[in-house]
Amino acid sequence: MNVLLIVFLPLLAAIVAGFGNRMIGNTAAKLVTTGALFGSLALSWPLFIGFMTGAEASQLHPVLDWIHSGDLQVNWALRVDSLTAVMLVVVTTVSALVHLYSWGYMAEDDSQPRFFAYLSLFTFAMLMLVTSDNLVQMFFGWEGVGLASYLLIGFWYHKPSANAAALKAFVVNRVGDFGFSLGIFATFLVFGTVSIPAILTAAPHMAGSTIGFLGQRFDTMTLICILLFIGAMGKSAQLGLHTWLPDAMEGPTPVSALIHAATMVTAGVFMVSRLSPMFQTSATAMGVVVFVGAITALFAATVGTVQNDIKRVIAYSTCSQLGYMFMAAGVGAYGASMFHLFTHAFFKALLFLGAGSVIHAMHHEQDMRFYGGLRKQIPYTFWAMMAGTLAITGVGVEGVFGFAGFYSKDAIIESTFAAGTGLGRFAFAIGVFAALLTSFYSWRLMFLTFFGEPRWAGSEHIQHAVHDAHGHGHEHDDRPDAEDAGHDTRPHEAGAGEVPTGTAGYHPHESPLTILLPLLVLSIGAIFAGMAFAPIFIEPESAARFWAGAIAFNHELAETAHHLPLIVKLTPGIVMVIGFLIALQVYVRRTDLAGRFVGQFGPLHAFLLNKWYFDELYNVVFIRPALWLGRIFWKKGDEAVIDRFGPDGAATVVRFGNVLTARLQTGYLYTYALVMLLGLAAAATWAMAR
Amino acid sequence: MTGFPILSVMLLVPVVGAVACLFASASGARWIALIATLLDLLLGILLWYGYQIGGEQWQFTEYNRTFGLFAWALGIDGIALMLIMLSVFLMPICILASWASIERRVPEYMAYFLIMETMMLGVFMAQDIFLFYIFFEAGLIPMFLIIGIWGGAERIYASYKFFLYTFFGSVLMLVAMLWMVNFTHGDTYIPHLLVTDFPRQAQTWLWLAFFASFAVKMPMWPVHTWLPDAHVQAPTAGSVILAGVLLKLGGYGFLRFSLPMFPQASAQLVWIIFGLSLIAIVYTSLVALVQRDMKKLIAYSSVAHMAFVTIGIFAFNRQGMEGALIVMLSHGLVSGALFLCVGVVYDRMHTREIDRYGGLANNMPAYALLFMVFTMASVGLPGTAGFVGEFLSLIGSYHASTFVAAVATTGIILGAAYMLYLYWRVVYGTSRNADAAAMPDLNPREYVSLGAIALVVMWMGIYPESFLAPMRSDVGLLMARVASAAPKSDSALVTPALAAPAKQISTAAGGAH
Repeated sequence: MNVLLIVFLPLLAAIVAGFGNRMIGNTAAKLVTTGALFGSLALSWPLFIGFMTGAEASQLHPVLDWIHSGDLQVNWALRVDSLTAVMLVVVTTVSALVHLYSWGYMAEDDSQPRFFAYLSLFTFAMLMLVTSDNLVQMFFGWEGVGLASYLLIGFWYHKPSANAAALKAFVVNRVGDFGFSLGIFATFLVFGTVSIPAILTAAPHMAGSTIGFLGQRFDTMTLICILLFIGAMGKSAQLGLHTWLPDAMEGPTPVSALIHAATMVTAGVFMVSRLSPMFQTSATAMGVVVFVGAITALFAATVGTVQNDIKRVIAYSTCSQLGYMFMAAGVGAYGASMFHLFTHAFFKALLFLGAGSVIHAMHHEQDMRFYGGLRKQIPYTFWAMMAGTLAITGVGVEGVFGFAGFYSKDAIIESTFAAGTGLGRFAFAIGVFAALLTSFYSWRLMFLTFFGEPRWAGSEHIQHAVHDAHGHGHEHDDRPDAEDAGHDTRPHEAGAGEVPTGTAGYHPHESPLTILLPLLVLSIGAIFAGMAFAPIFIEPESAARFWAGAIAFNHELAETAHHLPLIVKLTPGIVMVIGFLIALQVYVRRTDLAGRFVGQFGPLHAFLLNKWYFDELYNVVFIRPALWLGRIFWKKGDEAVIDRFGPDGAATVVRFGNVLTARLQTGYLYTYALVMLLGLAAAATWAMAR
Repeated sequence: MTGFPILSVMLLVPVVGAVACLFASASGARWIALIATLLDLLLGILLWYGYQIGGEQWQFTEYNRTFGLFAWALGIDGIALMLIMLSVFLMPICILASWASIERRVPEYMAYFLIMETMMLGVFMAQDIFLFYIFFEAGLIPMFLIIGIWGGAERIYASYKFFLYTFFGSVLMLVAMLWMVNFTHGDTYIPHLLVTDFPRQAQTWLWLAFFASFAVKMPMWPVHTWLPDAHVQAPTAGSVILAGVLLKLGGYGFLRFSLPMFPQASAQLVWIIFGLSLIAIVYTSLVALVQRDMKKLIAYSSVAHMAFVTIGIFAFNRQGMEGALIVMLSHGLVSGALFLCVGVVYDRMHTREIDRYGGLANNMPAYALLFMVFTMASVGLPGTAGFVGEFLSLIGSYHASTFVAAVATTGIILGAAYMLYLYWRVVYGTSRNADAAAMPDLNPREYVSLGAIALVVMWMGIYPESFLAPMRSDVGLLMARVASAAPKSDSALVTPALAAPAKQISTAAGGAH
């Protein structure tokens, strides 16, 4: 019963707020949605704690029949086990806090009911995804969160860039869905069912079998797992299908925190964990997961080091951290993978919401080159961001205390080493290097934003604010939809040091309580979530008890990871310190260094700044040819060939034959009726004469 | 319900209405047409209520040999029932859509529409092959007239194209029908023909003749080019019926005739269907992507969606066929609704140029919401009718051929691209001209029409069982008829433990449940 409430309360709230819209007004819509989310939150935590203590067991709540077609029996049902319980608390907690945060952040917006309705709708779809008992319902949630993401990225629909980003997000995800769909089809072909428990039970028996696909023969489980994983790559923005995620920052910042950091983008990781017994049957598929995860972690971290937009840095950071989660899943450390998903949700949501608070304070300026020295102006935000940074970089001392990321990220890096395979070592090396980059870009963000001299004078947003405040005195446009992520027309070559300094007379203001309160709660999560929950996620004995078969928990691997040589265990910490020191040197002590680096390694910097030119490549390879082909097919195919030799050609013949009367339209009709009648008459005559 | 000739009454009501319209004033004709179509909708609901799921294959049968050569033989199975429901549901909405936008020769217009309803219903009810032929072909005559008289500037060319294509197909079909009746020594009763085993050699020719007619109606690539022109020129309600019901005649024909009457030929020639369908999905989706006219875009998307019907029907398994049927129903609703959405703004601005619109979300929020629902249904979002059909059809086609499924599934990517691109340019963005920005939101008449369709689309997406259940045993009978002919799949699973031969899916579970 509680599970039904957890899932359907947000849906009800979304319907009330969405359809009530302007009739019920802003406050009512916000109260209903936020209230529903805190209701779900309050019901989710006891469930999760029940699983921690062993009081709750795996359960299934049927809801309604869905698609019945022969052997294919798909029903709406909610399934809860420890894996789902983890996702429930992550989703409802972050979502409830984001709802609350949006009271402050979206206070000036014209269409708040719509915004809150979308947020709640998203939460519902995400909850359906994590409680799904079969692959088709998972696909329902999968597409549902995609729809909500599309609607929220394009929330400020008057901005062309927001529309483009929304469209891109949906279509790129559909490419992933293409794989997911084929994976479901193949699963049904092989197992005759789409029920997840049934598939997971039957999967080991299929090891070694082969199946035909596109004229080739493949190992059955490898094929299915890779097809499904393509879906996961789309949703979790892994390399190749990642291009939508940075653009998704066009959406309001609370959306970025909820959907594009904490919850939706982790759906792919959740899927692999949910289906882990199935992935375990194919070493090849697991190898693909590790490889893709590792490459993505590296790629996104390198790009993150040079971005100037504060939200984009965090977006690439998310992409990179998702890569870590897949690395862990790929070596079989699903516990570590889910652990990082859990802690990441808190500290990444915190970083995004903190960035939102900074953006709010800086009058919608998102370019870090125009920040600086904000430490004293917005101290609460500063300390919250500090907690997030300490968590993501993984600060901590073994056996004493560590921030959240210290436990989860280190667990991943150790697991890859402990796996002992070649690919595992490869992932380990990349994981360590990416940890250095993580530390560097995270501290770079902190130093550029909160330390040094104010460089606000160069910002058009700030100038605009100051001008309005001191000038004509009219109401200035304080809607946050002035956010313009990524559409930066200013020259990229300018290093941090070349921007004019000064405050331009602007006074940043700390955010209201509705914004600070969620930051406080998430800070607590970022600080303690690692230490508090490490036992149930990764400690060999207690974790095996907690997961209780919900994921393919590898006890042996967890044991090995626990007893690695000291030097391996210290490595992530060492590189983290190195990253910090480089950032400190470059962005605090010698601020001219960044500019000199850019001058010296221009092409490398441009390569990173332009995100390895993926967008340009896709534009040339996919988008332009598609449009070109469309035009060719239309003008040359339909009009120049088919019509010319078809109806138009026939018309010419007919005209020569002078058959039709001048009154064309009725002429056709009579001819038609005549032919029909003649035909029937012929039939009658013939039948009677026979 | 025994004894009461409900099917004949359903055919008669619109005819009576049509005659009455001709003697009425413009507003009188509107009301007569609305009442007549609503009466048929009511009868349709009674029909659905009275239909016994899992009962006799043919229910509500009537047989009256009044015509000498062929009989007034009516009767429906579950498949026909669902398509009849689709028709009677869309008709009152069409009348409402024409309420204010048709100003010239209103009584005639309404009369043609009502005659068309009789013809369409007749197609699904007819149990005599010649009676079927009459309904099938004569139903297009009112459509020619509606396009030709009330259409846009290029209406003559469009109706001419429409005529030429259908003419070509129907002649061949008639010849095939004559041959078949000759073979059975004058038996024109469809239920008998359904169980007749035609000679293997003849099947191929008969199949091709029927294919010529059905492929045009479907329409399949490359005989689709009449559709965009017909849609663009037709008045809104004409487009709704064209997309909603007339395009379903082809699919219905394949299911009712080609597959059960010529199973071996169907299996042998399935490559034609698959080949043309796959081309259609990729080709027309790409063409849709570059359209500047809203109606043309939706028309091209219809061709792509109909290809999901054909691959589903010829997948030779239950999922494929049931999927094809649900795609037929859902496409009827969704594309009909999309044409209504175009009609809503066309009535206000008198242009279908996509570039003239933009920013409608500002001044038309209710329109924006409903348009979004239908856009998502069109791209097959789970929870809407579009998903259930596409998913079943594709999962069925995967069983038949992984290659077909893989190419067809690219349709979900392209479909999302062109539909969302359309939505962006029309509803999102900023207003590009003052007229568009000043347009009022939906009026109650439009609200009711679109809202009603939206509810059914969601219903079919969340609880499709209501629609699948009546058709289940009929699909089972079809399966039983064609199972032995089913072509081999390329996805054969080989397990080392059993070294089992190709695993046969769901064709085994073909019987009635």
